[in-house]
Amino acid sequence: MLASLIIVFREVIEAGLIVGIVLAATQGVLGRSLWVAIGVGAGVLGACIVALFAEQISAQFEGSGQELFNATILLLAVGMLTWHNVWMAGHGRQMAREMRSLGAEVTAGQRTLTALAVVVGVAVLREGSEVVLFLYGIAAQGGLTAASVLAGGALGLAAGAAVSAAMYYGLLTIPAHWLFSVTGWLITLLAAGMASQAVLFLQNGGYLQFLMTPVWDTSWLLPEGGEGVLGIVGRMLHTLIGYSDQPDGLQLTAYLGTIVAINVLMRVVNRGKRVPAAVPSPAE
Amino acid sequence: MRNAVLIAACFALVAAPAFADNAIPVVLKDHKFAPATIHVKANVSNVIALANNDDTAEEFDSTALKVEKVVAGHSSGNVRLRPLAPGRYPFEGEYHSATAQGVVIAE
Repeated sequence: MLASLIIVFREVIEAGLIVGIVLAATQGVLGRSLWVAIGVGAGVLGACIVALFAEQISAQFEGSGQELFNATILLLAVGMLTWHNVWMAGHGRQMAREMRSLGAEVTAGQRTLTALAVVVGVAVLREGSEVVLFLYGIAAQGGLTAASVLAGGALGLAAGAAVSAAMYYGLLTIPAHWLFSVTGWLITLLAAGMASQAVLFLQNGGYLQFLMTPVWDTSWLLPEGGEGVLGIVGRMLHTLIGYSDQPDGLQLTAYLGTIVAINVLMRVVNRGKRVPAAVPSPAE
Repeated sequence: MRNAVLIAACFALVAAPAFADNAIPVVLKDHKFAPATIHVKANVSNVIALANNDDTAEEFDSTALKVEKVVAGHSSGNVRLRPLAPGRYPFEGEYHSATAQGVVIAE
């Protein structure tokens, strides 16, 4: 029961932290609950489909199908997160202003809700398919053990959801004029971590076989996984900011490259678009 | 033009998966790895050909090896190991970690 609690807890916080960031980043945007719910629903459905076809997916591309699949959906999420941040760089100020003046839901920011729904869907799909495979295997065996394992899974789900909710409400205590810069950085680091993870999957699939030497090893200080409390902290940081205890050169390059690329795009795409705060902007 | 060359170079890199010649066979049965201790050559790529003979799926999981790979029940999958410095690298079957434990020794 404890083992299943830990496994489900681990996967749920990994997806839940991402959902929490997305919810905080879209604070006050009209219709966001619906889009996030669609993302979660599609993710759960996708997770079941992926679990069902795990064998077939693996067999594609000379046995590298699973790695390519994971890398592809991670890079899709990186693209969506980038789009969101670039768009927000041009409109975030307007959103913050609307939120302050109306004190209620704003219509700005709806544009990127679909992109963020994709990110939520991808996160739930990735972690969810592991939970489905694990629980299905246990349930298929039946008996008393199965009942206790499923109970553990339910507790893990509740605990993971509680931690994610705590992070979300923690983010909401940030004042409105800071909130979007904080979530902007969280989303940038989230994207960088996903890009680095995608590189790892490609390398494990037999592609990009260069710069593979670990740049540092901090597994003695903060392991990236494992059962202990430190292991769980390391894993949460891995999900949130892409922490790795032994990143290789190419992973690090992808991580830093993503941060630079997002910041450059935010600047270039919105050059000249930004309205000075002091001057009232014409109605858009 | 330079962009086109760059893009072509990227595709060339991505389109050429590297495969090791001889995979090391490992069998998973009753949620135990056999052999549970796997000796590999240090500093070169290695491949473990994992045959899952159980009814349920298993995830070959190792932070030390930087690998997460799901292998469905009664199916097999290749676990590619990056060039490893000499040392011990524990791994486990995440879904049945009470029994599914093993270690890769690079030397």
